[in-house]
This record gives sequence, C-alpha cells and structure tokens, in this order.
Amino acid sequence: MKYRDIIENALQNHGADYCEIRIEETDNTRLTYRGDSLDSIGQTSGLGGNVRAATRGGWGFASFNSLDELRSKVTDATTQSRAVGDSKTELAEVDHCVDIVPPHIVCDPSRIPIGEKKRIMDHYKDLLLSVKGISSADIIYGDTSRKTFFANSDGAYIEQEQVHVISRISAQARDGGDVQQAGFSLGSQGDFNLVLDLDDQVIAAAKRAVSLLDAKSLEGGERTVILDPVLAGVFVHEAFGHLSEGDNVYENEKLKDIMYMGRKFGGKHLNFTDGAAMPGLRGSFKYDDEGTPATRTPLVRDGELVGRLHSRETAAKLNERPTGNARAIGYNFPPIVRMTNTIIEQGEATFDDLIQGVEEGVYVRNWYGGMTQHEMFTFSSGEAYMIRNGEIQEAVRPVMLTGNLFQTLNNLDGVGNDLDMNQGGGCGKGGQSPLPVSNGSPHIRIQKCLISGA
Amino acid sequence: MSESLLTAATSKFGQAEVYRVESESHPVSFESNKLKEIMRRDTSGVALRVIDDKRIGFTSTTNSEREMEMLDRAGSLAPFGSEAFFNFPEPTEYPTVDIFDPAVLEISQSSMVETGQSLIERLLDEWPDLLCDARIGWGTGRGRIMNSAGIDEAYEQTSYYCSLGAQLIRGTDMLNIWTGSSSSHVLEENELDRLLQTVRRSLRWSENIAKATPSTGDIPVIFTPRGFAATLLHPLLSGFNGKNVVNESSPLCERWGEKIVDENISVYDNPLIGGASGSRPFDDEGVASTKTALIENGIAGQPLLDLQTAGQLGKLSTGAAGRGLATTPSPSSSVIDVAAGDTHFEDMIAGIKEGLIVEELLGAGQGNELGGDFRANVSLGYRIANGEIVGRVKDTMVSGNVYSVLSQVEYIGDSPEWIFGSLRSPAIQCRGVEVATKSE
Repeated sequence: MKYRDIIENALQNHGADYCEIRIEETDNTRLTYRGDSLDSIGQTSGLGGNVRAATRGGWGFASFNSLDELRSKVTDATTQSRAVGDSKTELAEVDHCVDIVPPHIVCDPSRIPIGEKKRIMDHYKDLLLSVKGISSADIIYGDTSRKTFFANSDGAYIEQEQVHVISRISAQARDGGDVQQAGFSLGSQGDFNLVLDLDDQVIAAAKRAVSLLDAKSLEGGERTVILDPVLAGVFVHEAFGHLSEGDNVYENEKLKDIMYMGRKFGGKHLNFTDGAAMPGLRGSFKYDDEGTPATRTPLVRDGELVGRLHSRETAAKLNERPTGNARAIGYNFPPIVRMTNTIIEQGEATFDDLIQGVEEGVYVRNWYGGMTQHEMFTFSSGEAYMIRNGEIQEAVRPVMLTGNLFQTLNNLDGVGNDLDMNQGGGCGKGGQSPLPVSNGSPHIRIQKCLISGA
Repeated sequence: MSESLLTAATSKFGQAEVYRVESESHPVSFESNKLKEIMRRDTSGVALRVIDDKRIGFTSTTNSEREMEMLDRAGSLAPFGSEAFFNFPEPTEYPTVDIFDPAVLEISQSSMVETGQSLIERLLDEWPDLLCDARIGWGTGRGRIMNSAGIDEAYEQTSYYCSLGAQLIRGTDMLNIWTGSSSSHVLEENELDRLLQTVRRSLRWSENIAKATPSTGDIPVIFTPRGFAATLLHPLLSGFNGKNVVNESSPLCERWGEKIVDENISVYDNPLIGGASGSRPFDDEGVASTKTALIENGIAGQPLLDLQTAGQLGKLSTGAAGRGLATTPSPSSSVIDVAAGDTHFEDMIAGIKEGLIVEELLGAGQGNELGGDFRANVSLGYRIANGEIVGRVKDTMVSGNVYSVLSQVEYIGDSPEWIFGSLRSPAIQCRGVEVATKSE
C-alpha cells in the first residue's frame, strides 16, 4: 500500500467534517495520423493528487503535482471549506472499504512495444489511403494506465488501477471544397486486441466516406427515425442520462418537481439502467472516486422514473441511496456525478417489426457526437439511409437529431431485441472530458424527431 | 533541472527542446445561488522534444522524479516519430506584450466571494426565481522554453476570470443563459456590469416563447458576438489551421490571395493585444508573436503555422504554436479579432421584418467543420418580427456553410465585444442560414 502511510498521516486531525486525499499515477501512449502520415507519437507520465474537504456543507479543494507537504495541502483545503460552509455537511453513509483492486486486463497494452502499435496503425492508415478517393487518414490510438490511491477521514483506503485502450479510425474524402468523413470509434478496458483485425471495418469506412460525396443532403424537418444500437446508446446518454444525474437536481426545486420518482416518461417498453457494476466495460469500476462501491441503478422501469445517479452528497440531500457515480477525470478535478455504463434494456421488437410500416423515414447509424443542456439534447449520426415503404434505401449525408427529452421519450415507440454495447465513447461535463463511459441499446424507433439537413 | 535535462538531451540527440510550465489558479464557485466551493490548483510539468536522425521524439511528465527518464523515452520514441521539417529556432527579439498585472496576485478570496455574491444578488433582485451559478478566479502561469539553438526564455501571465450562469424553469421549459469574461488584468466594475447586462438582456428577450420561421436561407440571421463564437468561429478557423493546409483538407488550399467572403469581413489573429488572455510575446516553440491577417477585406491572407507545418509548406512559422503539456505543439489561434462595422445592433433588429438572432448553440462542432459547415440546435436565440424581438425560439436548428454565410453579409455591428479574452467580434447580420423547426 504505497501511499497509505503518507496519506493517512496527512489526514490526521484534518479539522474538517470530512476530508479525503486522492493520489494518481498515470502513463499514456498516443499516436495520431493526419493526411497521409503519422502526425505525432508521444508518451507521457503523470503524478498528482488532491485534497478535498467539507465543513458545514462547504467544500475546499487543493490539487498539486508535488506530494511534498501534503499536510499543508490538507490545511489549505480545510481552511477553504470553512470559508464556504454555513449549513451542515451531509454525506450518505457507505461502507468504508480497504481494498486493492487490480486492473481488468485481457491483453495489456503496456506489454506491446511501441513499434508494434505503430506498425498496426500504419497498416490501417495505408488501408484507408488505398481506397480510391480518400484524401486523408485520421487515426487516433491511445492507451492509458491510471492508478489511484484514495483515503478518506471515514477510514476508507482504496488502491485501484484501470487500463484503457481507445481508437478512432476515420477517412476523409474530398471533391473540391466538399469534404466528407466516415469512421468508427472503439474502446476497451484492458484489451489491446481491440485494435487487431479491423481491415474490413477500415475499408468499409473509407468506401462510405467516398460514397458520401455523391449522397444527397436531407432537408431539415421532422421525421420517423430508427436508431442503431450505437446511436441509440448515445441518445439515452444524452437525452436521459444527464438529467438523471443527482447534482442537476439536488438544489433545484423546480427540476425536482419535474424529475420526481414515478414520473411517466413513456410506454412500458422504456427501461433504462446505469451502473459501473457490469464487469469489463469502459465505464466499469469497483469503487467510484469517493470510495463508494459501484452499483447497477435502474433509472426507468416500465416508462416511469425509478432512480437517479448520486455522489454521497447528492444522495444524502435527496434522501436516496448512494449509487457510486462520483467520478473525476483526473487528480486536478473533484469528483462529480457522472454516468458509467448506460443502457436501454432490450424489448421484443425485431428490426423488421420496427421498420415495417415506416412509409418514409431515416435509418441512422453510428455516432459523431452529442451534447445536452437539461431537457434539450442534440446528437449526430455517422451514417444515414432513407427508409421508404419499410425498406432501407439509398445513403444520405449524416444528420443531426435534436429534441426535448419529454416529447421525444413519448415519441419513442419501438424498442428492439438486439442489445449491443458501444465502448467507443467519452463523456464531457464540467470541463472534465473525455471520461470513459459506455452506452448500450437495441435498435429503437422515434416518431417526429427533428433532424437537420446540411 | 531544466538546464541539466536540456544539456543531457542536446549531447545525446543534437537537437532538443525543453518546455516547462508552472501555474496556479484560485477559483471560487457558486452553485444554485450559494457559495459552494473554493479551490486552489497548482500544476507543474515538463515536456522534452528531441530531433534524432531527423525524427521527432516527444515525451512529458508531471512527476519530477521521472524527469531524467524522459531522455531514454524520447530516444526510444524518435525512431518511430514523424519526420522533422524544421530546426529549433535561434534566439531573437520578442515584442513586449501587456499580460502581467501584479494587482491580480493581490486579489483576496473574500473579494472574489463578494463579487460573486453581488452579481447573483443583483440578478435575483429582478428575477427571484433564477438559479445562478458563478465562478470567479485568478491565476498566474509561467511558461519557459529552452532549446539547443540557444533560446532560454520565460514569461509570466496573470489571469482573472468571471463566468455567470442563470437558469429559469417554467413548467418543463428550461432557459439557460451563460456569459463570462477573462483578462490578464483585474476585471473592472464596468466589465462585470456588462456581464450582468448581457444576462438581463437575454432574460428579457426570453420572456415569451416564439416559434422560429423555417427557412432555406432566405431570412436574415444576426449572430451576436457570442453567436459568432458559437457558430462560425470554429469552422472558419479550421480552414486556416496549418495542419489542414498541409494535408490539403482546408477548402482554402488554393485560394490564398483570393476573395473568399464579403469584402467588409476582416479577421486577424493578434497575440499582441494588451490584456487579452490569449496574448503572448512568443509562441510555445519560442517564435516571436506577430499579428496575422487571416482575412483582410474578404481576401484570404495566410494560414496559422507552427515550425513543423511551416517547414512542410516551405514557409516561416507565423508564431502560432500552441501546446498542452502532454501534447506536441500544433498551430492554434491566440486572440481572434474580427473588424467592426458601422451599424448599431438596434438598427439591425429594427430593419428586419422576419429573422432570427443566434446567441448560443448546443451541439456545435459535430458536423463537417473541415469543409466550413456548421449545424446545431439554437440553445439561445430569438425571433425577430417586424423589427422587434418577439421571444425566444425553441426546437430550432441552424445549418449552413461559413464561407457561404460570410459572403452574404448584410450588416456588421459597430460595437465589438470580448468573448473570454480570446475573441473580439461585432454582431454580424447575414443570409444563407438554413433554419429547421418542429411542427407542433
């Protein structure tokens, strides 16, 4: 237990209602490609930590790279918290664990030589550029090891290590001033094999980019859309997940009135869940960054709100159970309420059931990005195809979908039986981005969804 | 430590560069009208870049005990690194830029708390149902660049920033307004007042909900300075990024010196403007800062280049290298300055029979920015009818192409505003923006 003594010594007589210290060691490797060649390759290592203290409901936070004089940093954070607090520190009770959690490893990226990583990515770059019409290969490969050493004044001491591998492979096709892109994103916890054997996907992405040059843009407006599992996962993350984060609600009386337990959001086919206690996914862990054990939280059951995501503070203030969703992207940020692995549970409809009867609509696949601001959300597809008379037809240029949570969930009228997880995403909130998360869903159908053209 | 690292790297590789940053920041945060958190953040770290056999090796660390490890790391990475098209630059004269204000270092925690409380109280006086967030903070950062060609330079920059958010919920309608300001000087009372005025104006204009008129580009759209930042800035700048020029994905590749937008549009990258957060005497590779004309009177000037992209294009660096500690330098903008016009904002509105004002977007940057395209949900925008603002629009998407839109400029505002110390822009009225809305 590498830092246990220095952390626990520094925490003695801290003088706040609550105090915690988190130290982190990181190692990263990153390769990027642009145009027809490697753009950059680099390895970085990090050491840093923070102290967070609460007094009378107010928080103090100090982050640093040097671990010298940890005791004085505890004093800093404690003093700051005293200057803030004027009520009562409320934190939900959790088991105060002492534990060492090894990383989830299938194939450890740190054991693969840098030359081998580059050889694999060079191959995909060459493959993209071998497709006629491709002007640029945009590739990112990254792997990260993050070890955290956490202790708090309640007696918890937890060491955890996580290893992540991510890649985005994308092709650019150009015709004069018209530039089109197509690609895909991958992610895994502890499995370098993720980036092996992608030739078929790589070539398909390049061909898609070229064919988009000839594809038509859709006119903006309302349409029936069918979302593939990847994009539907982004949808549940953006449209619903963020609004179920307790920190949006706990001091917001009006939002409490809207997001009350039992509120009806749609039909019985709506069942949403979030949780880090699903082994091996990108958003999985044993303890969150406040030392709370991970759980699996039902958010919506049979169309009704039944749960939300919490830190210890938001759980206490809303008198709900802590869910282990307090996460920080790094030592220089305090943990805030975040999603982990968010899914739409599968229903009974086959893909044919969903598409049958759609006279005219759009089949949207793959993601490009997404954002949310309370009840309003937007997200972009990576691919889009016209649906006519229940059949998928020609490709059109990717579209952006937008809407209001309450209307859109009411208009979500079909949930497929083919749940699939998307591990290639990252989430941003409060300046902390990209946090490893995963999303999952079966195919879903939404009526009257507003999409943009261009 | 930096000196010994550079000496060792130079003797091992011939060409080497050490980049060291140290910074501290002290924000106080208000959430839901209440003081929530006081922070102190200290950051320090060092990056090493070497050129070994014409290839670049790069590594960095925030762990002071592992600094000398970087020598071997850089050496083991260089054989796989990208080809270097440059040599590290030699010492030169740097301009003096006003970016350090000792008064910032004297700001007390209690005065920042008072500032935040006062801003929030003044908003609550008029709108008691608001939930406000605010963050006020000061910081100072020191960057030092040393290389094997003899450069050893450092500068210190102070910053003071304030952001203010307000949320108003009526039924399931949620209105969110954000604004903020930052400078290397202490923000004056009148600047804080301006932030308040911005929020008040947005609240007033949002009192009613209005349905936007769908358009294929034939109604005028006004981008406020914040709207310009949210909608047009990024797709525009991507065309000027040296990397996109090198790999020919910029639509401007063969258009330098040609008219690309309306002749009244001029856009500069100017790191010499005093007090602006993005200003600096030299860039992150030690190249002297200069003012670069990106667009002058509608004509494409030149791209933003760092050493590598300049070398690839056979040109000189424009002093546009930006970097984080953990990433290699790449071309980036410093302070974007958009030339003002001569039209009062009120006159623009008064002259519009049917139109839209765009102030904030949700989900920008998801479209094909490389080609100059933008599309996003209008998270804060207003409908204009018969010369008046009639209310806030909802469920409205805008899309278009920045080059096309800026070629259809009707009026340019006469009072440019600063957006977080890195952009100064007037309001711009133009056509060519597609507007999509929901039917019910």
